[in-house]
Amino acid sequence: MVPKFVCKKQILTRGISMISITLILIIWTVSTNLKWLDPVFLPTPQSVWRAFLELIRDGYKGTSLSTHILNSLYRLFLALILAFFTAVPLGMFCGISRYILAIFDPIIEFYRPLPPLAYYALLVLWLGIDDKSKVALLFLSAFAPLFISTVSSVQRVPQDRINGALSLGASKPKVLLYIILPSCLPDIITGLRTAIGVTYATLVAAEMVAATSGIGWMVLDASKYLRSDIVFVGIILMGGIAILIDSIIRLYQHVRFSWIGRQD
Amino acid sequence: MYVSTSIKARSEIFNNRNPTLIELKNISLYYSNENNGLPILDNINLQLEANDFVCLLGPSGCGKSSLLNILAGFQKPTTGEVMINDKPHTGPSPNVGVVFQHHNLFPWMTIEKNIEFGLKMKSISKSERKRLVSYYLNLVGLESSAKMLPYQLSGGMKQRASIARTLATDPQAILMDEPFSALDALTRENMQIHLLELWKKTRKCIFFITHDVEEALLLGKRILVMHSKPGRIIVDLQNPLSQYNQSVQKIKHLKEFNELRHDLISAIRGYSKANN
Repeated sequence: MVPKFVCKKQILTRGISMISITLILIIWTVSTNLKWLDPVFLPTPQSVWRAFLELIRDGYKGTSLSTHILNSLYRLFLALILAFFTAVPLGMFCGISRYILAIFDPIIEFYRPLPPLAYYALLVLWLGIDDKSKVALLFLSAFAPLFISTVSSVQRVPQDRINGALSLGASKPKVLLYIILPSCLPDIITGLRTAIGVTYATLVAAEMVAATSGIGWMVLDASKYLRSDIVFVGIILMGGIAILIDSIIRLYQHVRFSWIGRQD
Repeated sequence: MYVSTSIKARSEIFNNRNPTLIELKNISLYYSNENNGLPILDNINLQLEANDFVCLLGPSGCGKSSLLNILAGFQKPTTGEVMINDKPHTGPSPNVGVVFQHHNLFPWMTIEKNIEFGLKMKSISKSERKRLVSYYLNLVGLESSAKMLPYQLSGGMKQRASIARTLATDPQAILMDEPFSALDALTRENMQIHLLELWKKTRKCIFFITHDVEEALLLGKRILVMHSKPGRIIVDLQNPLSQYNQSVQKIKHLKEFNELRHDLISAIRGYSKANN
């Protein structure tokens, strides 16, 4: 049976990944507890765990840990939602008309490769030091990948599919809404995953430059006081949150787009 | 030009004509810088009758699909016009349904939703849509697959769903672009029998493109043969086999079937000889 075989393989690869993680944890525990390394460079797992408990109990610098995390996630998701509802419609229009694309393409191609921190100073100058400039920065970094994946996906919708819908009596706006949008949705969601990755990296960088809350700020601030244990808690949390968000989207893709890659 | 005399003789036997549904007037199609300046389609005049089953035969690349695209309204001819019921036909419309070579179902919609799509576009009420969808599912024998997604169906079932989707919008004519060419031999034969039954029930005008001579002989009431460089219709034949009320298997064993098959193949070959 093929499915069982695939399932076995999947369990095997999962197992190998688990072993690899466990191995790293063991090396970390052994090397730090035997004092091979200075705890400032690499704290022991126990002290990281203690720092984690301490952060949950007392928070960091007068703000609870959950507030730090929620502040970061609020900036992230506000920017992502704004980007999603602007980049996707604009990308669709640019995908169907090369003239509209000609207007926006040069602007996006110019700012896309720029490191976000290069223009962050300008955004702070224009919008102030608070959340507005951060959300604007994150919006810009999420916008490009979403826009590009939408445009290229619209351009790849089979002409026969559009013709078929037209000869079933669909008007052009209805073709856009009922045929082109659902055809592109899987690619758009993949674009969203890329956008989340880029935005997440930018978020931490932005909080490191100018902020008084957020998980990125907590890590930077703790490093000033050589609190490696807190830095480690922050990094592990950031990684965990990123994996969690990505798996939720992947699960959604798996359930919603079961037809992808199976069309003869 | 090579045209079998026996085909010409047979063509003259049938002259009882139904009212004209679709008329192609002086249709030509040119692509600049391609085909050595020869037209893809050269001054094609054709009348399709309501209730007719027309098969267009021709080798690949002779312009069959271009002609279908013009009939469907997907492509504008360089000259000439298409009239449906004496009104100009300029763009795709639910009056002219199309069944594609690839099933072309919307992959994210269940079979039911696919069939319902055209009805929704016509703003038909929900209860009426439900009734029509179950009627057409039943007609093509896909009731048990209603809630499935296209990828879960076999090739033949997908093509039946595609035909049901086209029939559901109640078009006056249905254009089919080699709809069974990607199916295996047995499924293809079943689909041919099924399509004939559907045609007898609905009496829609069907314009069926194929490169399979036997398929054209089994299905068509009228058979057209196209040649390329430039694309034009060289044979227009009323198929005498369509008069017989016999099973596909029996028709295949008739002496007349084999003679016609031979004649049509020679007619198509005439094209190759002239061009090579």
